[in-house]
Amino acid sequence: MLRTSAWIRYNWRVVWLTLLYAGFLISAVYGFKHHLVPQPLKYPVAILPALPIIGIFVAIGKYLVEEEDEYVRMLMVRQVLWASGFALSLATVWGFLDSFDLVGHADGYYIVIAWFFGLGIGGLVNKFTLGDGGC
Amino acid sequence: MENRLRLLRAERNWSQQDLAERLEVSRQSVNAIETGKYDPSLPLAFRVAELFDLPIEEIFVSPSRRSSKAI
Repeated sequence: MLRTSAWIRYNWRVVWLTLLYAGFLISAVYGFKHHLVPQPLKYPVAILPALPIIGIFVAIGKYLVEEEDEYVRMLMVRQVLWASGFALSLATVWGFLDSFDLVGHADGYYIVIAWFFGLGIGGLVNKFTLGDGGC
Repeated sequence: MENRLRLLRAERNWSQQDLAERLEVSRQSVNAIETGKYDPSLPLAFRVAELFDLPIEEIFVSPSRRSSKAI
């Protein structure tokens, strides 16, 4: 992707959110493992690592709003569509396989990992279908 | 969409980067438009037309007119 000012802002947001995610995840795991989290705080603490991930989705949305180069914006939209299609298809297939006891049960947050993997696929598709213009 | 952007640019001895800077878009955008891989929005098409001081239809070939010519 091209280094437009919106792209640089997006990258910084993702870097900070990733650091926050790591901090929240390590704290939550440590807290639960050592029984440091009191009962009323268990739900909020368990949700903490999810918040920066949600923040990354918001950052992507902000990037799409802030990006002034319409072609570069379209590239990101294509990537997001590939990511969504890939993750939802994988979740659907896995869900049915799981229903018939053919695969093990997967935690829900794996869908997010699949979605980010799909972003990468979208980037490759842009590259292969649009060549130099695919960035 | 077929267009004469590359020709108009060459007449002025501009690189893709030169044109991109004048249009305030990325070089990749210019490349994608020139090769017909991306159709610009109407505001961007107007910017291109104003830059070359030509009507839009003298730069971008209408797909419907192109197909009627083929018939």
